[in-house]
Parts: sequence; C-alpha cells; structure tokens
Amino acid sequence: MTPDFEPVIGLEIHVQLKTRTKMFCGCELSFGAPPNTLTCPVCLGLPGALPVANARAIHFALMIGLALGCELADHSVFHRKNYFYPDLPKGYQISQYDEPLCRGGELAGVRLHRVHLEEDAAKLIHLGASGRIHGSEQSVVDFNRGGTPLVEIVTEPELRSPEQAREWLTLLRATLRSLAVSDVNMEEGSLRADANVSLRAAGSSELGTKTELKNMNSFRFLERGIAAEIARQRVTLEAGGSIEQETLHFDPVSGEITSLRSKEEAQDYRYFPEPDLVPIATTVAMLRAAREAIVELPRARAERFEDEYGLSVDSAHLLAFRFELANYFEKVVAVREGIDGQQIANWLTQLVARIGDQDPAQSKVTPEAMAQLVELISARAVSAPAGREVLDVLVREGGDPASVVEQRGLGALHDEDGALEAIVGQAIAADPAAVQRVRGGNDKAIGALVGAVMRETRGRADGADVTRLIREQLGI
Amino acid sequence: MSGLIDLSASQAAAAIKRGEVDPGALFDLYRQRAATDSLNAYTWVAEQAPKAPPQPSLGGVPLAVKDLFCTEGVPSQSGSRILEGYRPPYTATVVERLAQAGAPLLGKTNQDEFAMGSSNENSAFGPVLNPWDRARVPGGSSGGSAAAVAAGLAPWAIGTDTGGSIRQPAALCGIVGLKPTYGAVSRYGMIAFASSLDQAGPLTRDVSDAALLLSHMVGERDPLDATSLDFPEPIAMPSRRTLAGIRLGVPSELTGEGIEPGVLGAFQATLELARQLGATVESCALPHAPHALAAYYVLAPAECSSNLARFDGVRYGYRAADPDDLLSMYERTRHDGFGVEVRRRVMLGTYVLSSGYYEAYYGRAQRVRTKIAADFAAAFERFDFVVMPTSPCVAFELGSKLADPYAMYLNDFLSVPASLAGIPALSIPNGLASPPGGGTPLPVGFQLAGPAFSESQMLDVAFALEQALGFDGRAVRS
Ligand SMILES: [Zn+2]
Repeated sequence: MTPDFEPVIGLEIHVQLKTRTKMFCGCELSFGAPPNTLTCPVCLGLPGALPVANARAIHFALMIGLALGCELADHSVFHRKNYFYPDLPKGYQISQYDEPLCRGGELAGVRLHRVHLEEDAAKLIHLGASGRIHGSEQSVVDFNRGGTPLVEIVTEPELRSPEQAREWLTLLRATLRSLAVSDVNMEEGSLRADANVSLRAAGSSELGTKTELKNMNSFRFLERGIAAEIARQRVTLEAGGSIEQETLHFDPVSGEITSLRSKEEAQDYRYFPEPDLVPIATTVAMLRAAREAIVELPRARAERFEDEYGLSVDSAHLLAFRFELANYFEKVVAVREGIDGQQIANWLTQLVARIGDQDPAQSKVTPEAMAQLVELISARAVSAPAGREVLDVLVREGGDPASVVEQRGLGALHDEDGALEAIVGQAIAADPAAVQRVRGGNDKAIGALVGAVMRETRGRADGADVTRLIREQLGI
Repeated sequence: MSGLIDLSASQAAAAIKRGEVDPGALFDLYRQRAATDSLNAYTWVAEQAPKAPPQPSLGGVPLAVKDLFCTEGVPSQSGSRILEGYRPPYTATVVERLAQAGAPLLGKTNQDEFAMGSSNENSAFGPVLNPWDRARVPGGSSGGSAAAVAAGLAPWAIGTDTGGSIRQPAALCGIVGLKPTYGAVSRYGMIAFASSLDQAGPLTRDVSDAALLLSHMVGERDPLDATSLDFPEPIAMPSRRTLAGIRLGVPSELTGEGIEPGVLGAFQATLELARQLGATVESCALPHAPHALAAYYVLAPAECSSNLARFDGVRYGYRAADPDDLLSMYERTRHDGFGVEVRRRVMLGTYVLSSGYYEAYYGRAQRVRTKIAADFAAAFERFDFVVMPTSPCVAFELGSKLADPYAMYLNDFLSVPASLAGIPALSIPNGLASPPGGGTPLPVGFQLAGPAFSESQMLDVAFALEQALGFDGRAVRS
C-alpha cells in the first residue's frame, strides 16, 4: 500500500510597482519604450554611479505590508545579492535579506513569511528561432526594465492544491490592484510567481523535499504547472524514488517540466549590507500616509456587495476577489437604479465562462448591454436559454441585446397568439409514451415533453409557461 | 613670470582676483609642466582651459584630479587596464562643484589600480616616481596627485582616501592631505573601491590651500549620494598662531612599535613644538586600534569584491577576445583586465563574504569597527585631537615591498583607524628623516584625527603647527 500524499505549496511572488521612476534612479519606468532609451549611469551600473532609494516605492511597499497585515519594521536594510549575469549590470542586485521591510501577515488564511523591496533585472533578449537561450546565436540586453521597483511577497507553505494556489493569487492580485500600486499583469510580467512544491504523507507535519517552479506567466499556467509537478513527484515517490531539490521550468505548450539547476549548482549570493544606501527608517508619518492611501480592500468590498446589492456571500466574494470583474459589476449595477444585483452576479458568471481571465471591460459586452440583457430576462421578455444565446452573440460581436433578440427572433414565446399552445399540442401528440408515464403519476416524465417544446422554440419559451400548458392540455 | 610657480593655490586665487595674475597664463604654465611630467604623475592632461564660470571664487586655479573621478568625455580609468580608454558620459559631483567654483580640470592623475595600494606601483599605467627621490615611491593610492602637487606640476589636487590613500602619499611627498568626515564630500562619480570608507579630499602645498579647496568640496549634501551629509557650517580659513587650550592625545598603540626611528623622532619633535605653542600633550588609549588593520583588510576587500563585479566586459571597458562562452568571457576579461593586487583583494573579499565564513570575518570585522569608533569617541571626551605619525616609514624604494603584500599592508596601520571610525584626519609635513639604511632625508607626515565635522578646527591647529614647523618643499618644485 502506498501512502496517500498531500501537496504542500508556497508561492514567491514578484510585483513590479507602478511608481513614476525606477527604484534607485530617476529614469521613468518603461511601457514599451524603444530599447535602452530609459537608462542612466545608475541603472546601467556605470562606474561611480550610486543608488538613491525611491521614497514612493517604499510608500507602496508599506501600503502592501499594511494591507496584508504584516509587521512593519521601523528599521530595515538593503543588502547586495551578488551574482554575475548580463542582465545585472552592477554584478549584484540590491535587495533585502535579514532585515526586510515587512514580516508575517496573512491573506485569506494563508500566512505570509515576508514582504521586501528590491530592483528588477534588465531584459535579456535571445535572438534566434526559439527565443530561449539554447540555440540562440546572439543575446542582447534591454536595460529599460533594469531597476524597476519590485516587491517580493513570500508565503508560508500553506497552500494545499493548484486550484487553491490560483484562487489565492487571484485574491492577492485583486488586493494589489485595489491598492493601485501595480498593474499586476502576469502576461506582461508585472506579476510573476514562482512556486515551491513538495509532497508529504497525508497528515504528517514534516515537510518533504521541495522543488521550485520558476516564472509561470499566467494564472492558468501556474495552476497547470503546479499540478504537473505534483503529479511528477507523486509518480516518483510512489515508485519508491526520492525528490531532488532543484529549480524547474514548466513549459505550458508541451506540459513538460525540465531542470534549470540542481541544489549543487545553487549560488552563494554573498549577501552583505548595501554600503551605498542608508537603512530605511520608517517614521510615524510614513505609516500614516501609507494607511491613509489604502482604500477598499477586496474583503471589505465583498461585504459592501452583500450589504449594498444583496449579493449572496459566494457571489460577493467571487466578484470582489477579481478586481476587474468587481469594477465591471459596479458599472453594470450603476446603469439603472433598482436593477437586481444578484441577477447580474449570476449573469456575470456566464460572462466569465465565455471570456475567461480577460478583463470584461475589454470585452465587446458593454455594461449597458449587460444591464439590458439582465432586465430583458427579469421581465421575462427573454428566456434564460435564449439569454445565453444572446450573450454568445454579444461576446462575439457586441451590440445591444434588444437588437440581437429582434434580429434573431429570440424573444420569449408567450401564449398571447396561441402559437405556444399549438407547439405544446404537437409535442403531446408526438410522444404518447411520455404522456402515458405522466398520466401514470411519473411527474418527472413531464421533462421530456418540456424539452421537446424547448427544442422546437429554440429555448425562447418560458419553462414555467410550457409546464402549465402541458398540464392544462393533459387535464392534470 | 618665474614667480608664478611659487604662489600657493590660495595666493594665486587672490592674485587673480586682484587682477595681478591672468588665469589663462596660470593654466598654461601648469598645463605645460603637467604635459612634460617626467614622474608619470598624469594619465591625461587638458589641451586647454575649459571656459571659466563668471567670477569664480577660486579664480580659475587649475586642479589635478585623481583618475578615478569620472569626468565627462575624459579618460577615467581608475588606474586599470579594464577601463583603458573609458570616457564616462558624466562628471563626478565634487569635480563639477570645484569646476563651478573656479578650479578647472588640469589633468587626471595616476593612481594605484582602483585605489588599492600604498605605493602607486599597482597602476596599469606604470608607477609614479617620488619627486624627492625618483628611485622611491610617492605612496598611494593617490600617488599621482601627491607627486604632482609636490613637484609643482599642479597648484593643488584632489584624491581619495579609503585607508590612508590621501594622507600617506601626502606624507611621503611632503605636502598636506586631508581625509574629510565620511559623508562630507559626495562620492557620486567616484569609481568605488570600498563604499563605506571611500572619501574624497584635498592634496595641497599648505594648510590654507587645503582649507580653501575643502570649503568648496563640502556644503549641501548631494541628492545623488544617499550617504552624503550636509556640512554643519562653512569651512573657516585657518589663522591660529598658538595652540593654547588645545588638548592633544597621543595613542600609545599607534606611536611605538613598527615605526621607523626617523619618523618617530620627527613625531616626538613635533609634539615638543606643540607643547611650546601652548598645547597640552598627553597619552591616550585606543585599545582596539591594533586590530584596525585586520578589520580593514576584511571590510575593504569585501566591499571591493562586490563593487568591482560590474567590470564584466558586457557594457564598457576591456573585454577578452573570442571567449568560448559567457563564463569564459567573465573569467578571461577579469583575469586579464585586473592587476594582481586587485585580483588578490577581489578573491579575499569573495571569500570573507561566502556562506559559512561571513560571520567569522565580515561580522567580526564590523564589530571591531564599531569598537574603534567608540575608542575614538571616548578619546575625544578628553582631547580635541588624537595625533600620530601618518606613515610608519618614509618613502621606500620602488619594488622593495611588491613581493610581500603583508609588508605593503602594514604601511596603512596608522591611517586605517580614522578611516574605520569615519572621522576626519589630516597629514602635514613635519620634517625630513633619513630612511633606516641612511641616505637622502625624505619627508615625514604628522597626523591629526578629530571628531566628525571638526575639519575647520583641525585645519586651524594644523596651520599653527605648519607656521612653527616651517617645512620647505621648494627644493622639489623647480
Ligand atoms: Zn536610470
């Protein structure tokens, strides 16, 4: 009997801060600027240049620390992390080590280890077919990104599944978005996540040997990468093998996991206090400013959604923990007074099923269209199945729901002109066996008749109407 | 006008202001002397005077600048092959401030590679010769600046001091050298050796020149250097004639063993002179000073190993030809680009920061540093200044200590305590002494160390001593 294994997952997250200038110099942050145009002696690591810490970045980091309930250090120190790489012009990264700005903290039941400030590396571009270093003929460096302020957030290993890891990161993202300290966009690299993964015998309190999965650049890949690594470790352990401590790369296309470096190849970073900078002394005024800059965090927003719009707890969390979705929801609710919030929440789930992680504000469905659709459905002018069809069209082509309903004849079939009554009659005539069963007291059999009517009306009929008419015609 | 060379920098500045001296002629005179330098003191000399700002307070008296200060468009190589031909796109704050004040760039002076050395023999551009005896070293690492000022190849100069690199060459060349309070002068644009110790300062013919030059190096803190500090008050021009009421402490740990008899003799004579001028001279204790050298040779290499990591052949400077891969490019570039002393210190520094050794070396050295600062603080409760010789020896022969790095490091044992404490220290010439085996008498330096920001008072005391000592360096300026 092989023991049952339990995954233990920790995340290490890097967030690019949305300051105006870089972490240690006055260069503006890059948003697609031509390569090497936003540089200076400091971020190029020219001889003699010195760093000066960006006060705004420290302010943002304090906001993050407060929002995550961390303990904020009144004295924290920058360290140098020494290693050679072409994207690191000084030969060291200015980071924090044993005296970080924030320690501890918790988000949605997952405790945090620490939060600290550092600078981003430059961007290496490998010229050649693959875009990866292997097989590339030449590599060039764009220093625009070098020196961008980063906050590193490290969790305790308290996540238990790939789905939970993804959900948790989504909430963290919403938290950071609501603080307006970062774009937190995984595809663009302003949010980057590494995962530490290990397995242990279920119920054990000891930790197994962990591996580190590097830089998964979407929520989906994060979930899939962790799942793949759990599966790989499970196979190894069940075959009686052991896990090696190493750094891994997950290829989302092939689903393959490859080793980047083993424990033996791990670097000695020779951390020591950065002598070019003075320690950060966090003053009461800095803390007050950070506290005052924090507006509504996702948890508070969820509570407000419950109070203000009467949403269920689940719906409120679902929306509030996804920042853009929550914004979109509020826009839809604002279209018309008195609109049913819970209905909108239900229909936003339908929208998410169609557009995935995309920001709904960037989709073709405008908040006005969404509001109109929900109103049409509430007024029973469009049935639920027809509403889903309308939504399909809106997602594909945009436009307003009333016109879509009009053009495609998707309006609800009520029995004003007797048309629905006729269709019900045909359904009854076409399925005597079902009629038999219904009459015999099998109430569930009525579903077959309703289904036939729905098929015939392409979902436009109202289910309750149809059931009523069937009963009337069968005289039961 | 042959008398021009005899004017000190501050005398020349005053004469220019009075309209008696043409700043263009002064520049040309020194430019000519620098361009025909036979001491190898310069690595680059200006073609012509830069356009002067209107009515500069320093009048336009030209300035020799140690190679490691970045100067826009002008070679700034820090004495290293790895930066051969490197011309930075910007100018160091202190050089910029001095140019604005009216001390235009005359030339760049030779130095030990990345300021690592006490003899100027570690330069990729060859050793500098001591104008008092060309078979001997000028000291280091600011040897080019010291030799240039001593030999009248520059009216004045700036250098940098990490563990004595201004004071020791000033002593060996018979001029004045001052290391300011750490943070008083901006380090922005100084090619770093050891960030927590490096400090720029003046090398001048006399104390008044040092005060005048320093007064334009300090002031408002530089927003580009996070460790720089506002200087609490303007530097006062020295004028003191007596030492009445001045209390001098003589640390027994730094005035006994390991010092040449000639140097010690000159030191004792200067103490006697100070008493005659009214000072009280008593012995004091710096109990941790004997450990300063060991701590320094852990901390400075540690910082240097990191500071010099940027010289990797990727963006600027020397790159080894046809490397096989990235690692071999790094290895060969740094092996061929750095000299042997720099490589030794990079390896030493890398070792002491390594995991498992950090606490035993770096951590311990930091604690020693704290204790040394506390020793000085305690001494300054009883004394205005602590005094000791600047260098344990007079200028030594070229090549005589190259084979023995430890013997070379011992040159610094009197200067590193003040460096570790971050306090100002100054060296003035206090006479000549023959080297141990006999021979031509050579300059000796007398060192004062004071509390942070005591530069004005220290210069004032040094001025009184200077007047009484009457040291004459004219012989080597002809
Ligand atoms: Zn920059």
